Amino acid sequence: MTTYLIIAVLLLFYIVTIQIAKTSEYVSIIKGEKESFSQNNKINGFLMLAFLILGLVGVWYCNEYLYDTTLLNKPSASYEGERVDQMLWITIIVTGIMFLFTQILLFWFAFRYQHNENRKALFFVHSTKLEIVWTTIPAVVLFVLIFFGLVNWNYFTGEAPKGAMEVEVTGKQFGWIFRYPGSDNVFGKKYYKNIDPATNTLGLIFEDGSAQDDIVTEQTVYLVKNKPVKFIIGSRDVVHDFGLSHFRLKMDAVPGIPTTLWFTPKYTTEEMKKITGNPNFTYEISCDQMCGNGHYSMKGVIMVVEQADYDLWMAKQKSLYHINNPDTVAPTTLTTQTIAQTKL
Amino acid sequence: MENNNKHNHCNEAHTHEKHCITTETCNNHGHDSHESHEHHDNFITKYIFSQDHKMIAKQFLITGMFWAVLGGLMSVLFRFQLGNPDDTYPFLEAILGKWAKGGRISPDAYYALVTTHGTVLVFFVLTAGLSGTFANFLIPLQIGARDMASPFLNMLSYWFFFIASCVMLSSLFVETGPFSGGWTAYPPLSALGDAMPGSKSGMDLWIIAMALFVVSSLLGGLNYIVTILNMRTKGMSMTKLPLTIWALFFTAVLGVLSFPVLLSGFILLIFDRNFGTSFYLSDIFINGVGALSNEGGNAILYQHLFWFLGHPEVYIILLPAMGMVSEILAVNSRKPIFGYMAMVGSLFAIAILAFLVWAHHMFVTGLNPFLGSIFVFITLLIAIPSAVKVFNWLTTIWRGNVRFTTGMLFAIGFVSLFISGGLTGIWLGNSSLDIHLHDTYFVIAHFHIVMGVASMFGMFAGVYHWFPKMFGRYMNNSLGYIHFWVTLVGAYLIFWPMHYQGLSGMPRRYYDYSIWESFKMYTELNKFISIVAIIVYATQILFLCNFFYSIFKGRKVQDSNPYQANTLEWTTPINPGHGNWPGEIPEVHRWAYDYGKDGKEYIPQNVPIAADEKEGH
Repeated sequence: MTTYLIIAVLLLFYIVTIQIAKTSEYVSIIKGEKESFSQNNKINGFLMLAFLILGLVGVWYCNEYLYDTTLLNKPSASYEGERVDQMLWITIIVTGIMFLFTQILLFWFAFRYQHNENRKALFFVHSTKLEIVWTTIPAVVLFVLIFFGLVNWNYFTGEAPKGAMEVEVTGKQFGWIFRYPGSDNVFGKKYYKNIDPATNTLGLIFEDGSAQDDIVTEQTVYLVKNKPVKFIIGSRDVVHDFGLSHFRLKMDAVPGIPTTLWFTPKYTTEEMKKITGNPNFTYEISCDQMCGNGHYSMKGVIMVVEQADYDLWMAKQKSLYHINNPDTVAPTTLTTQTIAQTKL
Repeated sequence: MENNNKHNHCNEAHTHEKHCITTETCNNHGHDSHESHEHHDNFITKYIFSQDHKMIAKQFLITGMFWAVLGGLMSVLFRFQLGNPDDTYPFLEAILGKWAKGGRISPDAYYALVTTHGTVLVFFVLTAGLSGTFANFLIPLQIGARDMASPFLNMLSYWFFFIASCVMLSSLFVETGPFSGGWTAYPPLSALGDAMPGSKSGMDLWIIAMALFVVSSLLGGLNYIVTILNMRTKGMSMTKLPLTIWALFFTAVLGVLSFPVLLSGFILLIFDRNFGTSFYLSDIFINGVGALSNEGGNAILYQHLFWFLGHPEVYIILLPAMGMVSEILAVNSRKPIFGYMAMVGSLFAIAILAFLVWAHHMFVTGLNPFLGSIFVFITLLIAIPSAVKVFNWLTTIWRGNVRFTTGMLFAIGFVSLFISGGLTGIWLGNSSLDIHLHDTYFVIAHFHIVMGVASMFGMFAGVYHWFPKMFGRYMNNSLGYIHFWVTLVGAYLIFWPMHYQGLSGMPRRYYDYSIWESFKMYTELNKFISIVAIIVYATQILFLCNFFYSIFKGRKVQDSNPYQANTLEWTTPINPGHGNWPGEIPEVHRWAYDYGKDGKEYIPQNVPIAADEKEGH
C-alpha cells in the first residue's frame, strides 16, 4: 500500500513540476523573450553567488561535523605513517589554497559578469605572460610535492631496518593466515598443492626441517611495540589487499607473487584505546581489494603489545607441525642444538 | 592537408544516389539532389539502419540514456542497501526476486549491482553515450562535411554497440547472476567461476559484450580521425577547428591506440577461463575445490593490460566534455576562448601523458618501487595542462557577458567539479599518499567527481546546447534550471563527505560496515548520502521527461543560429537533411571564436576577413 502511495506522490510531483515549468514557458512567451531571458539570467547569476557562499559554509560545516571521525585527528599507529600524515597536511594546504582560489574566481566571475545590455565583452584572445605564469606556478608546486612524495616512497618501499621481525601473511577468501618462522627464524618451504584446509592451511612442507617450528595463526597477529616488523604478503586464491588504515599503509596480496611491507608500531592496542577514547578499539586489517562476495567481512586483527607480553604469548604457541603430531617434541621449545640436528 | 576538399571525395554511403560531395562539384546540382534524396528514405533507412551521422548520434545518445537510467538505478539500489543495512523492504524482493530475499539485497546482488553500475557508466554511458553521440553529431557539422568518411562503418559502430548492449543486458538475467567482481575485472577472481558466482556464465557474457564494445569503439574512432583529417571544408585549417573537434580528435586517437590492448587482455582472460591456460593464474587453492593446476601465471599482467586502456579511458571520457565546455563557455560568455593554442597544446599534452600513467592504479600491487616513482612523476605532471585549462576557462568568463543558458550552467558546473576532483588527483597520484588512501572512499569521491559527474555535466551541457540543432526545438528552461541546481548541489552533497570517509580508511566495495569498529560510525552519513542520491536520481528522470517531451512538443526554433554562435553547424537549416547543407558547403575564413571582435557581437566562421580587419588570434 505504502509503495503505491509513494509512487503516486512521486508521479504527482513530476506532473506538478512539469506543469509549472510549462506554464513558465508560456508566461515567458507572453512577456517577451528578452524580458524573460534577463529575468532568468538574474536569478541564475544570483544563485551562482549563493552557491559559492553556501557551498563554502557547507565545506566548513562538513569539516566540523566529520573531522573527528577521520584518522586526521588521531596519531598514526606507526612511525612511518607519521610521514604519510605529514604529506597529507602539505597536500591539503596546497590543494586547499588552489581549491578556494579557483572556485571563488569561477562563481564570482559568473555572478559578476552576468549578462548586461550595456556591457561589451572584452575581446581578450591570449596573453603569453599569463599563460607562462600559470604553467610555471603549478609546475613548481608539483615538483615540491613530487620530491617529498618520492623521498617518502623510497623510504616506505626500501629495505626494512636490520633486526626487524618477519611475519608472513596470506590472504584467503575470506580471512587472513599468519605465520611466524619459529625459533630458527627461517620460514620453512611451502607448496600450494600441499594445502589441506583442516590441517595445513598454508601447504607447509614438513619434510623441510625449518617448517616444523613454524607457527601458524589465523585472524590475529601479535606485534611488538617499537619493533620494526616486515610482512611478507601473499594470497592463496584471488588478489586481496592487506589494509592497515591505522598504520597508514597497505599492500596487495597477490597469488604467486609475494609482496612486502614493513613498519614500526608506535602504540600498543591498549594505549590506542586510551588515545582514541574507544574501549573497543582494535587495529583492524581490512581487505581493500575486491575479492568475492564476502569481501566486506574479511577482517583480521593486529595486537600490538609490549615485548614482555609478546614473549608470554609466543611461549604459549605451538607449531603447526606439533599440533598435527602431538606426540613429537614441540619444536618451539627445541634448543638451537636440536634444531641443528633436525636440519641434518 | 589543409585543402583536402579540393580533392574529389566520392561518398560511398549514398549508394542509391551516388554523388560527389566536394564543394566544387556539388555547386550545380547539390541542392536538388539532396531534396530528392530525402524522399527516398523509408522508415528503416531513416530511423534504424541510418547512415546519417546525425541520426546515428541520436541513436548513441538514446541508447546511452537507456544505460544511464539503468546504471543509475543500480546505484540507487545499492546505495539503498548501504544506507539501510539493517532494515528489510518487501518491495525489493518484489523487484529483484531471489536477489533480495526477505527484502534485503544479498551480497551477491550488491556486488553485481556495483560492478554493472561501473561497467555500464564508464563504457556504455560516458564513452559510447558521450563521444559516440557528440563525435558523430558535431564532427561533420563543425568541420563542414556532409557526413563521416565512412557512413557505413559509422552505422556498424552503432550496431556493434547495440549488440554489446544486448549481450550485457542479457547477462543480468543468467541464473548465477551478472559479473560481480568489480568493473576492473581483476583475475583470478574474474577468471575462476568457483571463486564467485558472478564469475560463472555472467562473466562470459560480460567479456563478450566488452569485446563487441571495443569493436564498436574502434570503428567509430577510426572514422572520427579520418573524417577530421581529410574532410574539413575549404579554409578549415587545423588551427581554425573549434576546440570540440580537437578534443574529439584526441579522444578518438586515445581510443584507437588503447582499446586493442584491453581486448588483448580480455582474450588472454578468455583463454584462462575456458581453455586452461595460465596467463594470469598461479598458486591457487580455492575453498571447496582444492588446488588448481595452473602455475607460473601473473595476475598483475592483466592489471597492466587493463589500465593501459583504463587510464586513457578516463581521458576518453573527459576530453569530449572539456571540448564541449570550452565551446559553450566561449559562446555564452560572448568572448573568445582564452588561449586557444594553449588549450590545444594542453589537450595534446594530456593525450600523450594519458598513455604514460597507467601504473598509478597499481602502486600497491608490489610494483617495482622505482617504476612507481616514474609513474608518480608523470602522473603529477598531468596536473600542469589541467591547471592551464582551468585558468583559461576562468579567464574566458572574466569580463565576459555571461548568458546562463542551461548548457552554460552545466559548463560552469563542469569546471567546478573538474577543479574539485582534479585536485584530489594530486593526492592519489602521489604514491606515498596512495599507499594510505588506495581503494578507500577517497578514491570513490575523486573519480566520481572528476570523471563521472564532471563528464555527465559535460554531456548535459552538450545535450542542452545542441538540442535545438538535433531536434529543431528547445528544451524547457525552467526544468533545465531545476535539473542543474539540484544535480550540482546533490553531487557535492553525495561525494564531498566521501573524502572524509576515505580519510578514515573506509574501504570501497563493502556490503556492510557494521562489524568494523573503524568504519561503523558512518551509518547516519551513509543514510544521508543514499537519500541525496535518490533525490538526484529522481531529478534526472525530470531531465528525461524534458528531453522526450521537448523532442515532440518543445518550443520550435525560429532562428537558424539561436545562440549567435560562430561555428558551422549553425549555418545549416534548422532541420538539416542528410548531407547537412542543402547547397554548397560554406567556406571557412576565420577561427571559431571571433566574439566581440571590433565591436561586433559575433562573426561566423564563414564570413570573409574584412579588408581592414586583422586576422587571427
